[in-house]
Amino acid sequence: MAEVSLHSLNKYFDTTHVVKNVDLQIRDKEFMVFVGPSGCGKTTTLRMIAGLEAISSGEIRIDNTVVNAVPPMDRDIAMVFQNYALYPHMSVASNMAFGLKMRKFEKAEIERRIKRAADILGIENLLDRKPRQLSGGQRQRVALGRAIVRDPKVFLFDEPLSNLDAKLRVQMRVELKKLHERLAVTSVYVTHDQVEAMTLGDRVVVMKDGIVQQVGEPLELYNRPANRFVAGFIGSPAMNFADVTLADGNGRVTAEAQGLKISLPDALASRARSKAGRKATLGIRPEDIRVANPGDSADHCFEAEVEVVEQLGSEILLDTRVGPALMAASIDPESKVRAHDKLRLVLNPARLHLFDAETEAAI
Amino acid sequence: MAVTALAASETRRVPIRLRKLEDERWLALVLLMPTAVLLGLFIAYPFAEGVLLSLSSAKVGDPGEFVGLANFAKLWDDNIFWTSVWNTFWYTGVTTVFKLGLGLWLAMLLNRHFKGKAIVRAFILLPFIIPTVLSTFAWKWMFDPTFSVINWTLFKVGLIHARINWLGDSDLAMASIMVVNIWRGVPFFAISLLAGLQTISPELNEAAAIDGARPWNRFWYVTWPLLLPVTMVVMLFSVIQTFADFQLVYVMTGGGPANATHLFATYAYQIGIVSGLLSQGAAVSLAMFPFLFVIVVVQLLYIRRVETR
Ligand SMILES: Nc1ncnc2c1ncn2[C@@H]1O[C@H](COP(=O)(O)OP(=O)(O)O)[C@@H](O)[C@H]1O
Ligand SMILES: [Mg+2]
Repeated sequence: MAEVSLHSLNKYFDTTHVVKNVDLQIRDKEFMVFVGPSGCGKTTTLRMIAGLEAISSGEIRIDNTVVNAVPPMDRDIAMVFQNYALYPHMSVASNMAFGLKMRKFEKAEIERRIKRAADILGIENLLDRKPRQLSGGQRQRVALGRAIVRDPKVFLFDEPLSNLDAKLRVQMRVELKKLHERLAVTSVYVTHDQVEAMTLGDRVVVMKDGIVQQVGEPLELYNRPANRFVAGFIGSPAMNFADVTLADGNGRVTAEAQGLKISLPDALASRARSKAGRKATLGIRPEDIRVANPGDSADHCFEAEVEVVEQLGSEILLDTRVGPALMAASIDPESKVRAHDKLRLVLNPARLHLFDAETEAAI
Repeated sequence: MAVTALAASETRRVPIRLRKLEDERWLALVLLMPTAVLLGLFIAYPFAEGVLLSLSSAKVGDPGEFVGLANFAKLWDDNIFWTSVWNTFWYTGVTTVFKLGLGLWLAMLLNRHFKGKAIVRAFILLPFIIPTVLSTFAWKWMFDPTFSVINWTLFKVGLIHARINWLGDSDLAMASIMVVNIWRGVPFFAISLLAGLQTISPELNEAAAIDGARPWNRFWYVTWPLLLPVTMVVMLFSVIQTFADFQLVYVMTGGGPANATHLFATYAYQIGIVSGLLSQGAAVSLAMFPFLFVIVVVQLLYIRRVETR
């Protein structure tokens, strides 16, 4: 039961400004994911919430209490570290019991909680082992268990899955989601993996260079990215970008580049009209491009030369060249396409994105 | 593997008398030989000679004859010998406790980040680097009752009103040489323990802090147990060295006043070389062996237990 809020949060390491004016309200029981490229300040922000890193300026509140000066042990949070940080000289059970022992819980209660956590995580048979006798996935579970037994106000996760192999990562991702549904504890989760962010987050914070780029539900970020960075970061395969010039004529607004002339749909056109004659960046996701049929409007078609064909079974991923620009397209897996083919492609105008060439903000 | 494979492929070109080396047991024996010879020559032989000497009645200029355990029986009734035994244990015990405490404290300080850390760390090593005889002479001068800085300072501050004869009083003399030994030994503890501390991931302390452990509990439940294997090895080295210490006591007090500060090594030297009773001196230094042996075995067993935990 806890809200976490960050107000004008800043962090300097000496003179380097690594977290810049972060404002954020994390709701009770919410699973909030921080995502961004490595070095963007996610871990630092999380560590400030944990109390492991001093705050340079701003305010952090947990449950409406300012915790700026509260040491980690009094914040009632639990953290899962990237490298697990299990106590190597203690058994799994002692690792989980430690936090409760420090808080002077009764022995029976400690045992009850360990049993429950072990049960949830399926590690009952590992309780007597030392961390070094465990696999990566098992260590991860123990680290989770150590957090669960505490029954804290807030869970903090710092890239907890990044040391696991791909298959295990997917499995643990699902389990984390189930766990959150079951325990319903406010959680802050840091990752550089946008798939984890999209699948786990109730809401997602996209960060870059210490600045929050956008906060929103996963689909919101995917459908309405606030700027070019978010557009390119969220979604896989990544969104295509093409440098275009906006033109206004015959009552239509078009985005033009060599080999490309796309009419903008009405809503976008009305926002872009004032920028006619200026440069912009057009964005379209590979899944919003397909091979054109004879009936498709020429307004949204373009000619492309196929460079690489990647058959994935569920889809074919094409790398194509359109004038000077590269465009990836995800098309029907049954299509017969080969490298160097010339194709006529069509994009879904409703899913077009346009970004200001200078500010990179969505138009 | 690589060695045997290589050897096998060249079988035809190797002379017969070298073929034996293809057998790993023979090869191991040959490779061990130089070490074994050196150890035998410089450790086992002198040790055996020492044992023989202690069983004889040799004096300077007199090879003497076999007398059995007579030398040891004589030691049994020698008050000074028993004083040295007691002194050696007391000296080793007290200084080790202080060296460990101070060394650990310094190591924990140095394990934090602060400006000028590299310089401080280099500075701390100084007592360890300066030749013991040299630094001990400096200390001896400082403890001098007439001219010394220590007495002068205490006097000026008003803590004492008469000169203290540091090295002239048996208890004060013992305390003085302990101070010097601690001064000399702390750097070794500090630097070794610092190396040990640096192998402990800071995340563990952070995890413990989040788990609700106050600083003392973090030290006691996380840092200390993880540092224990290193601590035990450092203690082992230090105890062996301190137990057999010679230079420091020899320079500071020469075992005096009135034989009050003799350790095994200085007393052995006193009897064997200064008084020329070679066999008797050998007996004293050999008497150190069983004591040291027990201490070392106990420590090694403990280290084994700690490390396999
Ligand atoms: N203790 C530190 N001292 C100095 N700079 C640091 C420290 N910790 C992190 N940084 C810097 O702060 C920036 C943000 O780091 P971090 O929060 O770890 O990024 P992320 O977790 O997003 O990858 C990076 O440029 C990193 O080099
Ligand atoms: Mg990080």
